[in-house]
Amino acid sequence: MQFDVIVIGSGPGGYVAAIRCAQLGLKTAIIEKYSTYGGTCLNVGCIPSKALLDSSEHYHNAAHTFKEHGINLKDLSPDIKQMVNRKNEVVAQTTGGITYLFKKNKVSTYHGMGSMLDKNTVKVTKADGSSENITAKNIILATGSKPTQLPFLKTDGKRIITSTEALNLQEIPKHLILIGGGVIGLELGSVYARLGSKVTVVEFMDSIIGTMDKSLGKELQKVLAKQGMEFLLSHKVTGASVKGSKVTVTADNAKGEKISLEGDYCLVAVGRTAYTENLGLENIGISLEERGKKIPVNAHLETSVPGIYAIGDVVKGAMLAHKAEDEGTYVAEIIAGQKPHINYNLIPGVVYTWPEVASVGQTEEQLKEAGIKFKAGSFPFKASGRARASNDTDGFVKVLADATTDEILGVHMIGPRAADMIAEAVVAMEFRASAEDIARISHAHPTYTEAFKEASMAATENRAIHI
Amino acid sequence: MSLVIKVPPVGESISEVTLSQWIKKDGDYVEMDEVIAELESDKATFELTAEKAGTLKTIASEGDTLAIGAPVCSIEEGGQPAAAKEEAAPKAETKEAAPKTEDAKASTYASGAPSPSAAKILAEKGVDAASVKGTGVGGRLTKEDALNADSSKKAAAPAAAPVVAASVPGSRSERREKMSSLRKTVAKRLVSVKNETAMLTTFNEVDMQPIMDIRAKYKDKFKEKHGVGLGFMSFFTKAVCEALKEYPSVNARIEGEEIVFNDFADISIAVSAPKGLVVPVIRNAEAMSLAQIEASVMALAVKARDSKLTLEEMTGGTFTITNGGVFGSMMSTPIINAPQSAILGMHNIVERPVAVNGQVVIRPIMYVALSYDHRIIDGRESVGFLVKVKQLLEDPTRLLLGV
Repeated sequence: MQFDVIVIGSGPGGYVAAIRCAQLGLKTAIIEKYSTYGGTCLNVGCIPSKALLDSSEHYHNAAHTFKEHGINLKDLSPDIKQMVNRKNEVVAQTTGGITYLFKKNKVSTYHGMGSMLDKNTVKVTKADGSSENITAKNIILATGSKPTQLPFLKTDGKRIITSTEALNLQEIPKHLILIGGGVIGLELGSVYARLGSKVTVVEFMDSIIGTMDKSLGKELQKVLAKQGMEFLLSHKVTGASVKGSKVTVTADNAKGEKISLEGDYCLVAVGRTAYTENLGLENIGISLEERGKKIPVNAHLETSVPGIYAIGDVVKGAMLAHKAEDEGTYVAEIIAGQKPHINYNLIPGVVYTWPEVASVGQTEEQLKEAGIKFKAGSFPFKASGRARASNDTDGFVKVLADATTDEILGVHMIGPRAADMIAEAVVAMEFRASAEDIARISHAHPTYTEAFKEASMAATENRAIHI
Repeated sequence: MSLVIKVPPVGESISEVTLSQWIKKDGDYVEMDEVIAELESDKATFELTAEKAGTLKTIASEGDTLAIGAPVCSIEEGGQPAAAKEEAAPKAETKEAAPKTEDAKASTYASGAPSPSAAKILAEKGVDAASVKGTGVGGRLTKEDALNADSSKKAAAPAAAPVVAASVPGSRSERREKMSSLRKTVAKRLVSVKNETAMLTTFNEVDMQPIMDIRAKYKDKFKEKHGVGLGFMSFFTKAVCEALKEYPSVNARIEGEEIVFNDFADISIAVSAPKGLVVPVIRNAEAMSLAQIEASVMALAVKARDSKLTLEEMTGGTFTITNGGVFGSMMSTPIINAPQSAILGMHNIVERPVAVNGQVVIRPIMYVALSYDHRIIDGRESVGFLVKVKQLLEDPTRLLLGV
C-alpha cells in the first residue's frame, strides 16, 4: 500500500499526528505494536496513573479529612483490586476512543512492529510472524520511550518494578522504596502513601522534582512529608536484592556512608529512555544522539533523512504527552506545507500529587543564571478563602515578571487544581501579558485562580490585597 | 460639514482604479492638497489629494477596485493638526483619543508580538511581523491583523532550520497574491496580441563597432554640449525612424477594415519600472536630433522609475523599441505593442568571431529581432526594414545623408 504519511507509534504524539494528517487530506496509516492504541500515556502512563491517584485520593480523604468535614465512616478499607479494575476500565474506554477517531478520520491502522527498510518503506511485522511492506512519501517516527533501567539494578517486574507494574499491583505495599524523586515516582508514591504504604523516596539530587523551580520542590517535600513520605536526598543507590517477598536497597548517603533499606516493593522511577529498538534506523542511516539515545532532528523535527520526521519522547525536549501532541500537529502541518510554530518555552509541566504542582516559563534559577532582572510575587493558599473552604491550604502561586516591562516570565504553583490553573498562565504568556494585566483581569470569587491574580498583584508592585 | 472625495476621472480609457495605499490613516488630520492616498490604474499611479483640510474618514480600503466617481473617503471639518492635538483636552473624544496616542507613540515590549495563530498565518504569508501594525492591546498582533496583513511586504527569507547531518529542509510552500490591475491588463493585452495578430519574428545581426567608435570619440564632447550621455538608444531610434520612412507599413496599424498610415514616428520605448513594464512614447522622433532623443529617453526613464509617468506620456506610439540586452538577453522574440504592427528587439553586445573580407575578426555584435504583424507587413518589407536598420547602424554616415 502507498500512503502520503505513515506514523509509527500511536501514543499522544503519533495518534494526533495521524489524525491531523488525515484532516489535512493526506492519506495516512498508523502502525502500533501493542493491541491497543494510545501508547504509554493512555495505557501505562498519564491516564491510568490519574485514575489510581483519584481513587487513592478519595480513600485518603475518607480516612483523614471526612471527620473534620463532619462525615463519620465505619469499616473503611481500600480495595486495590477494584481500584485497578476501575483503572483498566478507564484505559479501555480511552483507548477505544482512539480506535473510533481513526475510523472517523479514515486513518488506516496496522498492528505490528514497524521497521524502516528504506526511506519510504516500512515493514510491519505482525504478532503471528507474517509481515507486510507499506510505503509513503513521509514517515513520522513516534515510538516514545520506556522506563530507564539502571545497569546495576535490574527490575524483575515483581518486587523491583517500573511504573508500568506499579499501576497493576494486586496488593498495597507495606513499605515501598521509591528510587527517584521525579514526577512519575512521586505520583505513584502518592498513590500508595495515601493507601497506607510507608513510602521512602531515595533521590540522588539534593531536591525532588529537580528540574522545576526550587521553591516548588521544597514546598512539595514539606507537604508530602506531612502525609507520611520519607525522603532520603543526596543518596546514591548502589543496588537492590530480592529475598522472598523482601527487597533490600543499598545506597551511599551524602557523607559516603552505606545505608540499606528493607521493603516489600522497590519502584525504579529514574526517568525514561527513548525507544527506538527494531525501528530499523540503521537501514536509513540515522544514528542516535550519544547522550539520551534520542533521534536527532532539526528545528522542523525532520531527521537527517528528508521526509522522515520524529516527534515526542524519541526526540529532544521534555518527555510530556502534550509536547508530543503539539509536535504531532506541527509535523502534520509542515508536511501539508503550512508553517506552524511551537513555543517550547511555554510548554507547561505538571505533577499530579496533592497538592498539584504546575509550572510554565522560566524558573527563578534560570532567570538568575541568565542575568535577567525580575520581580517575584507570591501568594499562599492559606490566604485564599476558597482554599480554606475546601481545606486545601498548602502551597502557593509564584509569579516572576520582568523588572522593567512587567512581562510575566514564569509562573510556578503548588496547590489545589494547579494542573488546571496553569492554563491561564500559559495563555497569558503566549500573549505576553504583564503581571499587572493579570492583576487587572476579573477573576471569579471564590476560586483558586484568585491566588494567581493576587500573586500577580504582588509581582506588579507588591500590592496583593489579601495578605 | 463633510466633503466626500471621489475617484477623479484620470483618462479616457480608464474606468476603474485600484486603491493601492492609504498615505494618511483614518482619523488623521489632513491639510488641503495634502496627498492622502495612492491610486493605481492599469497604466499609471496617481496621487489622491485632500480637497480641503479636516479629519480623514476612509470609505474604501487598500486593495479595493473603485469605479471612476466612486467615493474614496470623506473629510470632516474640524480636528486638529497633530501637533496641537495633545494640548487640546477634548471631552467627548477622550475615549478614542487615548488609545490612539498610545498607538502612535508608546510602543510597549509586546508591540508587534503576534498571537500563536497570527504567528502561523504570518509565517505562511511570508510576512515579517515587524511590518504589520498590531491592533491588539499594547500593539499586539491579533489573528485578524495577520489575516489582513499585506503579503507583498515580504519578510527576509528566514534562516533555514539548522541542518541535522545531511538533511535538506527544502520548503514546499507556495503563496498567492492578488494581481495588480497593471499586471492584469498587461496579461490580457499580451494574450490578445498573440491571438489576434499574425505575429512572427525576423532576425539580423549588427556590427556595433562603428557606433562604438563614434561614441568613444564624441562621448565627452556630446555630454559637454548637450548635458546628456550619448547612448545606443538614440542611434537605434534614429535608424528606426529613417527605415520607417522607407517602409511605411511597419509604422502603420489596422483599424477595422482600414490600414492607418502615420506620417510621423512616435517611438514607444519599453522601460522596466518598479511596478512592471511601462512604455512611454517619444513623439515625432523622426524630427529629433540624437541629443533630443537621448534627453527624452532619460527624462521618461526617470519618470518611469518614480512611477510619475502621466497617462498621456504612455498613450499612442506607432512603433516600439525594447532592449532586453540590458538584462543580458542574447536573442528574443518580442511581442507587438498593440495596436502597433511591429517591435524592434535590441539585445546584448557580445564579441563574436565574424568573417570580414575573408578574414576571421572579432567584432562587437548585437542580434536584433523584429516581430511584426504579417497581416499588414509582408516578409519583404519586414526583412527590408530590419536590413535597413542594420545598414544605418553599421554605417552611421548614411543617417546624415539619408541613404
